[in-house]
Amino acid sequence: MGGAEILFIGNNFARLLEGLWVTVRISLISIAFSLVLGTALGAAMTVKNRAVRAVCRVYLEIVRVMPQLVWLFIVFFGITKLTGLNLGGETSAVIVFTLWGTAETGDLVRGAFQSVPKHQRESALSLGLTKFQSYVYIIFPQALRGLIPNIINLSTRMIKTTALVSLIGVTEVLKVGKQIIDANRFEYPNAAIWVYAAIFFMYFAICFPLSWAASRLAKKSRKSD
Amino acid sequence: MPETEHIIDINGLVKRFNGTAVIDGIDLSVSKGEVVVLIGPSGCGKSTLLRCINGLEPIDAGTVTLHGEPVVHNSRNLYKIRQKIGMVFQSYDLFPHLTVLKNIMLAPMKVQKRSKEEIRAEALKLLERVGLSDKAESFPSELSGGQKQRVAICRSLIMNPEIMLLDEITAALDPEMVHEVLDVVLDLAKNGTTMLIVTHEMAFAKAAADRIVFIDGGVIVEESEPDEFFTAPKTERAKKFLKTFTYSR
Ligand SMILES: Nc1ncnc2c1ncn2[C@@H]1O[C@H](COP(=O)(O)OP(=O)(O)OP(=O)(O)O)[C@@H](O)[C@H]1O
Ligand SMILES: [Mg+2]
Repeated sequence: MGGAEILFIGNNFARLLEGLWVTVRISLISIAFSLVLGTALGAAMTVKNRAVRAVCRVYLEIVRVMPQLVWLFIVFFGITKLTGLNLGGETSAVIVFTLWGTAETGDLVRGAFQSVPKHQRESALSLGLTKFQSYVYIIFPQALRGLIPNIINLSTRMIKTTALVSLIGVTEVLKVGKQIIDANRFEYPNAAIWVYAAIFFMYFAICFPLSWAASRLAKKSRKSD
Repeated sequence: MPETEHIIDINGLVKRFNGTAVIDGIDLSVSKGEVVVLIGPSGCGKSTLLRCINGLEPIDAGTVTLHGEPVVHNSRNLYKIRQKIGMVFQSYDLFPHLTVLKNIMLAPMKVQKRSKEEIRAEALKLLERVGLSDKAESFPSELSGGQKQRVAICRSLIMNPEIMLLDEITAALDPEMVHEVLDVVLDLAKNGTTMLIVTHEMAFAKAAADRIVFIDGGVIVEESEPDEFFTAPKTERAKKFLKTFTYSR
C-alpha cells in the first residue's frame, strides 16, 4: 500500500505540524485559563453561602448540558450576530474551551477539597496550626494528590476535543489533513490513510504521556492513602 | 481544698445543636498532674465537651479557660492556646501524605519554630518510648490502627502540652491492639501527664483515673474516685450504666 510519500511532498508535513501547533496553542491557553478560573470556581463552590454555591452549580450545569460544538457555534456565530464583533475562530475556541474547562476544573477542585476528611483539618488545628497553615501543609497537599491526575485527564480530553474547532473555520491539524487529502485525491488515493495515521500519532504523542503520567500519579496517591 | 494549680476550668458550659442542649451546664476543673476519666452513655456529649475545650465548637453559655485564658471558638489567639492542649481523636487522623516522623515534626517546626535537629531527636525518643522506633520513615497507610494511635499520641506530646484530651482513642481498634495503646496512656498517667480521657474501657479507667466523671444527659451526674465509683456508685443512673456495661461485655 503505497502513498506514504504524500506526507513529505512539498511542505505537507510542515503544514500538519503547523496545524498541530494551532491545536496545542488553543488547548494550552484554554487549559491555563481554566486552571486559574477553575480553582477560583472550585473554592467558591465550597463556601458556606448557599447563593454563591447555587450560582456556581447552575453555571456548571449549563456548560455541561450542551455539547461543546453547540457552544462553539453559539459563541462564534451568535456573538458575531448579536454584537457585530468578529471574534475569529481561534478566540471563540479559546473562550468556549475556557468556559468548559473552568466548569470541569471547578468541579474537580471542589471534589478534591471535599474529599479531605474534616478530621484532617481539626487535627491540624488541634496541634496549634493556624487555619492558613492547616491549608498549606495539610489540606492542600492532600487535595492536590488526587487532583493532579484528574486535571491531566481533563487536559487530554480538552486537547482531543479541539478537533471540533475545524467546524468554525480554524485550520487546526485535522483540517490541514483534510486539505491535503482533498488536494491529492486523484494522484494519491491512499492519502487519507497515511494522513490520518500521521495525525493519530501526533495526538498519541501528546496525549499518551499525559495519560500515562496521570495513571501513575493516581496509583501513587491511592497507595499512600 | 488544698492549693492546686488548675489547668482547665469549665464553668456553666452549655452547648446546643439545633436548639437541643447536648451539654447543659457543666462545671469541671482539671488540676496539674491529674487524670480525669469521663464516662457516660453514647451520645451524652463527651466528645462535644472535649471539642469545646479546645475551641473546635462554639459554645452557647459558660466559659472554658486554660490557665485562666479563655478558649473561644474562632478567636484570633486560639491557635496559641491549642498548642498547650494535645488532642487525640477516635478516628485515625495522622496526615496520610507525611511519614510518621514528619507527622510528629510538623507542628513543633511550623508552630513552635524549634530547631529541626532538636525536634528530630525528640521525635525519635518519643517513638522509642511507644515502641515504634522502626516506623519513623513509614507512611500512616503502612501502620496498624494501634500503631497509628501511638504515633498520634507522640504527635501531640512533642508539643509539650499542658493537658492531653483523649477521645475514645481505642474505640476503633481491634481488641488485640487496645492494650498496646492503653499501656502507653497508662505510662503517661503514671508519669504525671495531665489528662482528660473519654473511654469505654472500664478496667483501664479504673487503673488510670484519679477521678471519674460520669456524664448523662449533658450534665455531670456523679464525680468520684475510681474505687468508689466502680464498687459503690452513689447514683442510680451510674449504677444502671455500669450494669449495662458489664452485661454488654
Ligand atoms: N455537629 C453536630 N450537629 C448536630 N448534632 C451533633 C453534632 N455533634 C454531635 N451532635 C449530637 O450531640 C450529641 C452528643 O454527641 P457526642 O458526640 O458528644 O456524644 P458522645 O458522648 O461522644 O457519644 P459517643 O460515646 O457515642 O462517642 C449526640 O446526640 C449527637 O448526635
Ligand atoms: Mg464520642
